[in-house]
Amino acid sequence: MIPKGERIGIVGVGYAGLADTKVRSAQEPSHTASSTTNTASASTNTTTTTTTPTPTAATSIRYSYKELMFLAARMAYEDAGIVDVRSKDRISFICSTEDFWEGNMISDEYMPDQLGAVLRPLCTVAADGLYGLITGFMQIRSGLVDVAVVEAHSKLSDVVSKKEIARFALDPVYVRGIYPEIDPYFIAGLEMNRFLYETGNSRESCAKVVSKNKGNALANPRACYASSVDISLVLSSPIVAYPLTSMEISSYADASIVVVLASEHKARMLKGSTDGIVWIDGVGWCSDTPWINDRNLADALYASLAAEMAYKMAGIEMDEPSKYIDLAEIDDTFSYKELQHMEALRLCRKGEASRLVEDGCTAMDGYMPVNPSGGSLGVGYLVEATGLHRVLEAVLQLRGMAGSMQVHGARRAVVQSWRGLPTASGAVAILSSNDS
Amino acid sequence: MREEEGVKDGQDISAKGMEHDPVEHNNSKSKRSSNNYAGIEVREDDLRDGRYMSIRYSARFRYRWDTGIAVGRFLEGLRNGKIVGSRCKVCKRVLVPPRIFCELDFAQVDEWVYVGDTGSVNTYSISYIDKQARRISNPVIVAVIELDGASQGMGIMHLLGEVRPEDVHIGMRVKAVWKSREERRGAITDIMYFKPL
Repeated sequence: MIPKGERIGIVGVGYAGLADTKVRSAQEPSHTASSTTNTASASTNTTTTTTTPTPTAATSIRYSYKELMFLAARMAYEDAGIVDVRSKDRISFICSTEDFWEGNMISDEYMPDQLGAVLRPLCTVAADGLYGLITGFMQIRSGLVDVAVVEAHSKLSDVVSKKEIARFALDPVYVRGIYPEIDPYFIAGLEMNRFLYETGNSRESCAKVVSKNKGNALANPRACYASSVDISLVLSSPIVAYPLTSMEISSYADASIVVVLASEHKARMLKGSTDGIVWIDGVGWCSDTPWINDRNLADALYASLAAEMAYKMAGIEMDEPSKYIDLAEIDDTFSYKELQHMEALRLCRKGEASRLVEDGCTAMDGYMPVNPSGGSLGVGYLVEATGLHRVLEAVLQLRGMAGSMQVHGARRAVVQSWRGLPTASGAVAILSSNDS
Repeated sequence: MREEEGVKDGQDISAKGMEHDPVEHNNSKSKRSSNNYAGIEVREDDLRDGRYMSIRYSARFRYRWDTGIAVGRFLEGLRNGKIVGSRCKVCKRVLVPPRIFCELDFAQVDEWVYVGDTGSVNTYSISYIDKQARRISNPVIVAVIELDGASQGMGIMHLLGEVRPEDVHIGMRVKAVWKSREERRGAITDIMYFKPL
């Protein structure tokens, strides 16, 4: 456990993209509403205000990715109490990007300007944004800097060849050549099939995850794919890669997410008090072997071990971590992934995830809400920005500012990300509110 | 692909694998077999005869970038035969190409201005080879041009034309040569090159 006085806190969060900006300004607490109003005024084509968060297109055609990043960063700095990000404070910047999604070699070279990071320490972590957050955490712990700005974005509406790029991630010798004509989703199918077979969890409960998350998303002004669906609709949607159906796959969205971290001392200075600071109690990350054919497809060991590392740092006992945790924002890129990750994170025992979902324990009003934000299934899949989006949702919850999605009395959250197909890598962070 | 007779599954065959010892191979390529490539240096005749592991995979990655506000304005300007910049209220610089944020003071920028299509050569290089490293007879002159009306050091990178390489110099005054209105399509190539003024 990090000794008191050496904690590292999240002092600011910001975002741009996702569902329409005007929708969210009507929904959110006043301190963020002011910056979203600015966000809208930067546009040449603002839309009318509406109080109903209807699912909107998950694209961001009005802005380039750099402009999205600028808007998200400005919101995060304002939230963090950073008056001048260009001052000579001990600050560093970390981006999580993947060149093929960007469409540029050395894409990190294009990141500084829109973050205020010109002529400042900046690096790119080619991994999910949660790895970026962990990198910032380590830079602050090492004493090199007081503040770390972490950014990740998804501009997938720019990428025409999403499937080609996904396929390019497959092993060239053993995998890519054999299955040239089919979608890489077959790997999810293989994994889901084995997971359900070994654990006894049901396809129905996978469908229930979709229904729950899309339903939760109805209360999330950022969600692009909120809807009210019952499990029969999910199960009867076209099968993409048996047993995975099309509605069990999260859909792409555009966003930039910025999270600002600071040492405890600096955090108190920026915020004037400890109000609004969310502490990072533990972090962990882990990678399994790339051999899809040889690795444990049922258990998501990468997530178990990453969680173990994070729980240990946070001083959370391993036998029943759910006792210490009020909500979970965990990977649900595919329906079954949420169940698999619940078990890997020991939020329930192996084979019990179905029962928890069926009994409503993971619902918004259950004892362990899982993805109250709506997760990737409800909000949208953000590639590298997925983990940071989960952090943002957890921060709002722990500050008590999650609006109609608020989990009552939320004081501690576990956030987890998965690196996506075809990987078995991921990261975990344990966050807690100031009064926990 | 097991050719050996009488070898059981699970039996140690590492010794058999070593009959294609890479060290030995460097000296006697006649012993190379076509189905073992471990640690063997691929030589020119191997390439010619196809003795190497080959995976043909062609991927076509296509992107369709949203221009956003700033790039969109710039390209629209080019189509109209104008170079657009933006002015930062904080540092007063005129930024070219324009952006909606100033990278030096992190301010939002929303004032748009036209700058001139004339300027001075900040630096230049003369390229004598093409992208396949072949010599080209007509060398290409690439220059950074500080545009009149933009802040010092601001400008665009483009080609120089109608000038001999030996006549180019830093500080040389140049002017944009535009495509005709019908040919312009909102791209950096709407300017063909800059020529001496």
